[in-house]
Amino acid sequence: MNENDIKHFIKTTINFFKDASGYEAKCGIPSVKTSDPVVLEYTGIIGISGKRKGSIYFTSNAKLLSDLAKIMLQTDTVYNEDIRDLVGEVANTITGNLREIFGSEFLISVPVIVEGQARDIKLPDDIDSFVIPILWQDNKAFLVICLE
Amino acid sequence: MEKIKILIVDDSSIIRKIIQKSLTGNQFDLVGIAGNGASALELFKDKQPHIVTLDITMPEMNGLTVLEEMIKIDPKVKVIVISALSDKATGIHAIKKGAKSFIPKPFTTEDVQKTILKLAESI
Repeated sequence: MNENDIKHFIKTTINFFKDASGYEAKCGIPSVKTSDPVVLEYTGIIGISGKRKGSIYFTSNAKLLSDLAKIMLQTDTVYNEDIRDLVGEVANTITGNLREIFGSEFLISVPVIVEGQARDIKLPDDIDSFVIPILWQDNKAFLVICLE
Repeated sequence: MEKIKILIVDDSSIIRKIIQKSLTGNQFDLVGIAGNGASALELFKDKQPHIVTLDITMPEMNGLTVLEEMIKIDPKVKVIVISALSDKATGIHAIKKGAKSFIPKPFTTEDVQKTILKLAESI
């Protein structure tokens, strides 16, 4: 992963929130992930294979997902199943959109969803992971990228 | 006048709900909703929809495989592929495999509505 890759991740994330909700997200300064856990209430994890291997996950609290779901569904009521599903769909869409940059040999898995704050999400030890903080409508989330 | 029969296929429940919301007006009949390829094909054979909205990245059976099977069963079906794989190559590949349209995610209900209405004109 290089600086250019991270810029693409940031741009794709910002575009996702703008296109999905009409409201812009801001991304904070990316950092290398330490041993400190980066996990919120819901996490969507995508495995990457093909030319580049690794994992990408999006982790968020329920409030962001609930607010986003209400906008996307044009409703005032959302259910836990919507929130669970949406965290996977956010991870899936941001990662899938990256094929515009990384090409069609950037193969993505279906999302794995983790509900409830896990101790941490296990990532490969031999690849640096990067954390991108996200702020959308005063709600915090993170995109964590572990990619060859 | 016969209603336009629609089948929605996506493993994401929230995406299925958003697409459902695009089916306003009484010219549409939502004949089925499927969360995976196998149940999509069963519903497809049973309900014979005019239009299918179809995701690509799904568990067990990739949407492009489902697309090929649907075209074999009914070459006249109009499939709209809706996918997070928003690169041009994927869109072109889907069209070459027989899809009538490709909508990248994220999308709005208006995106889906416009596409469905356009395809419905030729049914």
